[in-house]
Amino acid sequence: MVSEHSDATGGESAALALKILVAGGFGVGKTTLVGAVSEIRPLRTEELLSEAGQSVDDTDGVDHKTTTTVAMDFGRITIRSGLSLYLFGTPGQDRFWFLWDELAQGALGAVVLADTRRLEDCFPAVDYFEHRRIPFVVAVNCFAGARHHGAPDVSRALDLDRGTPVVLCDARDRDSGKEVLIRLVEYAGRMHTARLLDSVG
Amino acid sequence: MTEDMTGAPHEQGSQWYDNEAGPLVRPYAMTGGRTRSGPTGVRFDLIALVTLDPGAPDVDDAPLGPEHRNLLDLCRTETQSVAELAAGADLPVGVVRVLLGDLLELGFVTVSRPVPPAQLPDERILREVIEGLRAL
Repeated sequence: MVSEHSDATGGESAALALKILVAGGFGVGKTTLVGAVSEIRPLRTEELLSEAGQSVDDTDGVDHKTTTTVAMDFGRITIRSGLSLYLFGTPGQDRFWFLWDELAQGALGAVVLADTRRLEDCFPAVDYFEHRRIPFVVAVNCFAGARHHGAPDVSRALDLDRGTPVVLCDARDRDSGKEVLIRLVEYAGRMHTARLLDSVG
Repeated sequence: MTEDMTGAPHEQGSQWYDNEAGPLVRPYAMTGGRTRSGPTGVRFDLIALVTLDPGAPDVDDAPLGPEHRNLLDLCRTETQSVAELAAGADLPVGVVRVLLGDLLELGFVTVSRPVPPAQLPDERILREVIEGLRAL
C-alpha cells in the first residue's frame, strides 16, 4: 500500500487522469468511437496474459503455461494541462473479462456501445457494470441500414435500471461521440452525489 | 554508420520470419524473467502518469537496459501514462510495468497513482470535464 506517491508530489497541482471504458460486442464500433473523439490516433497496447495462475491443480503448470495477447485500443482527450481523459476500448471477447477488472478499477464510468441488430452482444457488458455499480450509459450505434429503435425500446429490451441513460449515436461522428461522453460524465456525477447522500443518511 | 547498422543486417537475417511472427526476443527476457515490479510491489494502473524525476541520477552510470532508456526518452517530451508508454515502446503493458518499477526504485521517475474510485468524481473536476468536452 504505497499510496503516498501522488499526494507527496501534489504541491504544484498534480496531473490528473481519468479513465472511461468503451465496451460492447465485437465489431460494434468501439475503436471507431475512441478514434472519433480522441485527439491522438488510437493507440494499441498489448497485455500478455498468463493463464497458468488459474490452474493450480496442474502439477507441472509452469511448463505448460500459455500466454495470450490481448490488445486494447485507447485514446486521449486533454481537457486542460494536467487534466486528461483516457478512453479504453475493452477487449471484445468475453473470456477476457478478468482484464476488465483491472481496466475498470478507478474508472469514472463506461460507455456500452450497442447495435440493435445484435443487442444481446452487449448483455455481458451491461451485467458487468451493473454488478460493480460503475456508472454507464448505453450508446446505440445507429448503423446505416439498421432499423431504428427508440431509446425507450432499447432500455426496456436491456432491462436497464431506471435512470441509466440510453443515447442514440453515430460512433464515427465526433460531435455525436462527445455528446455520449458528456451524458456519461453528467450521469457519473449524479450517481456519485446520490451515493454520498446515501452514505450520510 | 548507425543507419547501416539498423538497415542491413535486419534485412538479411530475417527472411524466415516477418512481423506476423511477433518479436524474436521473448518479452519478459527484457525484465530478466521478472513479471512483477520490484519490492515495492506497486502495480501501476494503465493511466498512472509517469514523470521524469528532476533529481534523477546520471543515466550513464545506472544499470539500465536499452528498454529502460527508451522509456525515459519517451517521458522526456511530456508526462506519459503507462498505456501510452507501452504503445510508444511497443512493449506489452506487463513488461513496461516491471521496467517502470526499476526506474522508480532507482529514482529516475515518479509515478502518480490515479484517484481512488471512492473519491473519484470531485464535482468541480467533473464540471470541468463536461465544459472541456463541449468546447472540443
